Amino acid sequence: MTKLPGGIAPSQITSREVFMSRRALLAGALAGGAAAALPEARADTPPASSLKPLKYTLDRPYSVSLKPTPYEDITGYNNFYEFGTDKSDPKANAYTLRPHPWSLTLAGEAEITGTYHLDDILKTQPLEERIYRFRCVEAWSMVIPWVGFELGALLRRFKPTSRAKYVEFTTLFDPQQMPGERDSILPWPYVEGLRMDEAMHPLTILVVGLYGEVLPNQDGAPLRLIVPWKYGFKGIKSIVKIAFTEQQPRNTWNIAAPDEYGFYANVNPNVPHPRWSQATERVIGGGWFARQPTLMFNGYQNEVANLYRGMDLHRYF
Amino acid sequence: MLSVDKRYRFLYKPVVFAASLVPAALLAAGAFNVLGASLGPDPVARLLHACGKTALNFLLITLLVTPVRQLTGFTHLIRLRRMLGLFALFYASLHFLVYLILDQVLNLHAVLQDIGKRPYITIGFTALLILIPLGVTSTQKMMRRLGRRWLRLHQLIYIAAIFGVWHYYWQVKRDVREPLLYVAMLTLLLGYRIVTRWQARRRIASKPRVSPSLRPSE
Repeated sequence: MTKLPGGIAPSQITSREVFMSRRALLAGALAGGAAAALPEARADTPPASSLKPLKYTLDRPYSVSLKPTPYEDITGYNNFYEFGTDKSDPKANAYTLRPHPWSLTLAGEAEITGTYHLDDILKTQPLEERIYRFRCVEAWSMVIPWVGFELGALLRRFKPTSRAKYVEFTTLFDPQQMPGERDSILPWPYVEGLRMDEAMHPLTILVVGLYGEVLPNQDGAPLRLIVPWKYGFKGIKSIVKIAFTEQQPRNTWNIAAPDEYGFYANVNPNVPHPRWSQATERVIGGGWFARQPTLMFNGYQNEVANLYRGMDLHRYF
Repeated sequence: MLSVDKRYRFLYKPVVFAASLVPAALLAAGAFNVLGASLGPDPVARLLHACGKTALNFLLITLLVTPVRQLTGFTHLIRLRRMLGLFALFYASLHFLVYLILDQVLNLHAVLQDIGKRPYITIGFTALLILIPLGVTSTQKMMRRLGRRWLRLHQLIYIAAIFGVWHYYWQVKRDVREPLLYVAMLTLLLGYRIVTRWQARRRIASKPRVSPSLRPSE
């Protein structure tokens, strides 16, 4: 393990009082995670209450004022092919994942690189709650109260060089912990990528929690990406590596089906998937007749449209 | 001991009819939360997919009747075939109605666009359109009226089954293992017919070549 770069910018120095209180809470949270990872302590599907609460601040400017989707639906209905391809599979099977201790490698075009304990990285990273719209490429949607921090804040600590044009993310590859990786449905490990300006955008977050608690395994514990104006598959889960690259990285769904899933994957009601329309979406938890129009950039047009000015969004889908 | 006629009328047919309604009853229980049953977080998708898959199951079971009759000699099984075929139409219609009313919330513009522009929906809809005249002409009266043309018309079930399975295969995002199972089952069922028809033709073609004097005495 490399020593983590700390105190890079004065604005990032946390006051001692805040630091100590956050440390105590995180230690508790992560100890809870460790206990859950012990075989004898582990239930097949740990109840939500076994996940420790996190300390965070509310972030109103970037949050939407919509009623969040029920916790049961967010944690019981999602895609995480590493645990099976049915949307109820992740909840049923993700108990085999051991999210603590966890190592995160920073690599590529940056002044500081190395492999770190995730705890060490999180220790100095203030958390906030962001209530975001979530739009799956399969034309369903949720509203999710994530807890995390801006990806850009983390990336800057590693001083990317001028050659860093993109950021590439990699999920854990360990078929023992992720049995779905034994099936060749997708090329493993799952990889994703962002352009540097997308990665640095304040809406782009790394997530460690959900509904104020530690992120459950099936939603991508212990660390996942959320880019709210892109389709859900961009939000890579259980990240073990973040690399700065000069070339545009490939992303798993694009490798698997290049004519159906692009690199950008921006939510766009005007560009249909080759097989289905993206103009509307089914709202999960909305019961019967729960279809609503899909918004351009998933409703984040004011914040992100300028990133794609002049780009042909039909071509760069 | 009851006659075959009575056994079908009073036992087999009612039992098969009731069993065929079980999938619909389970979905209805889930939809109305009877005894804690539920269709999960995305009830419309669940209902849509369950009705579609049940329709495919009934199509395959209907196509199974002929091979089973011929291979086992239980020729009277033909008496169940119409009911099974009608249940395929019933579940395919439910599948379409769930799509139209619950999934698309009666947005006819979107539905027409889907049918016109999305090939997997085009062929799925075509399969349903094929099944409708087969259902309408399934009565004894229509059979008599159409005569030989009835058989010809009802061979369209092969096309409906191919389009139905294709529709399923095409809409799956990535994991095609289950649709491939349906492709395999349909291939077996249609392959059986191709082989038996080919054998029958060969028997007819080879008959004149056999000199009557060489035939074993009958």
